[in-house]
Amino acid sequence: MAFIATFVWCYILWLVLTAGSKGMLWSTEELIAGVIFSAIVAYATRNVIGEKASRFLNPVKWVGFIVYSIGPLFWGMVKANFDVAYRVITGRIKPGIVRVPVDLENDAQYTILSNSITLTPGTLTIDACPEEKALYVHWINVTDPHPESSEVLAGSFEKWARRLGR
Amino acid sequence: MIEWTIGIFLAIGVTFNLLASIGILRFPDVYTRIHAATKCTTFGTIFIVLATVTYSIYSYYWVQKDPAWITIGIHSALVVIFLVLTNPVGAHAIGRAARKSGIRPYGAVIDELEGRL
Repeated sequence: MAFIATFVWCYILWLVLTAGSKGMLWSTEELIAGVIFSAIVAYATRNVIGEKASRFLNPVKWVGFIVYSIGPLFWGMVKANFDVAYRVITGRIKPGIVRVPVDLENDAQYTILSNSITLTPGTLTIDACPEEKALYVHWINVTDPHPESSEVLAGSFEKWARRLGR
Repeated sequence: MIEWTIGIFLAIGVTFNLLASIGILRFPDVYTRIHAATKCTTFGTIFIVLATVTYSIYSYYWVQKDPAWITIGIHSALVVIFLVLTNPVGAHAIGRAARKSGIRPYGAVIDELEGRL
């Protein structure tokens, strides 16, 4: 199952990278070469990607990822940049490392949430502790030293991460 | 028209990349510098690549029907995906390594990781 997941990802990447070899589409030779190379890579790395990776082959999840990255994540990055611009110009910072309790189940959700937190306003993930269900976040402007949830720092990202990484 | 669109994208991108550099010079310690470096460079580079993609699509449809333009557009768009996936991870690794080697955040109001890492 992990072999299939890796193979599909490799082949999609191959198709994207070689688009345009025959008009706007692919030539037959390249499609066949792609199958062979993807199979080799998938066989070599099938133990790296993990057994549960095949759940990301669900197209509903892809739509979720696209909506998430164009909508909330991009908007968060826009806000983050104007926030950083403001702080660079005025130099008004009040930093601190806070502990944020989160309610997530698996590593994929932790990855999505920490990456989103790093890219959005004034926060940077320093450490993620799945065993105590918490993230340690460097916050550039601490308004609440002991947050009850990630709502104060990250808005709706925890909900999105929980849904996308399930 | 298309020149203006591309120019605006490039201007946004270069402005935010410049802001990241100023942030690195102006902020007091490693964590706040990582803040500036990660967010602004990712965002700025997204807009620079967006300008490339716009230019390649425009060139394909209105200048010359050459599939090489499509290849350029797709490859630049892939750069954005890889950058957004890897840049926060790198920042996290640097921040965690800095905290682990005992660097305290400058002027910290609260430091929950004190004595934990």
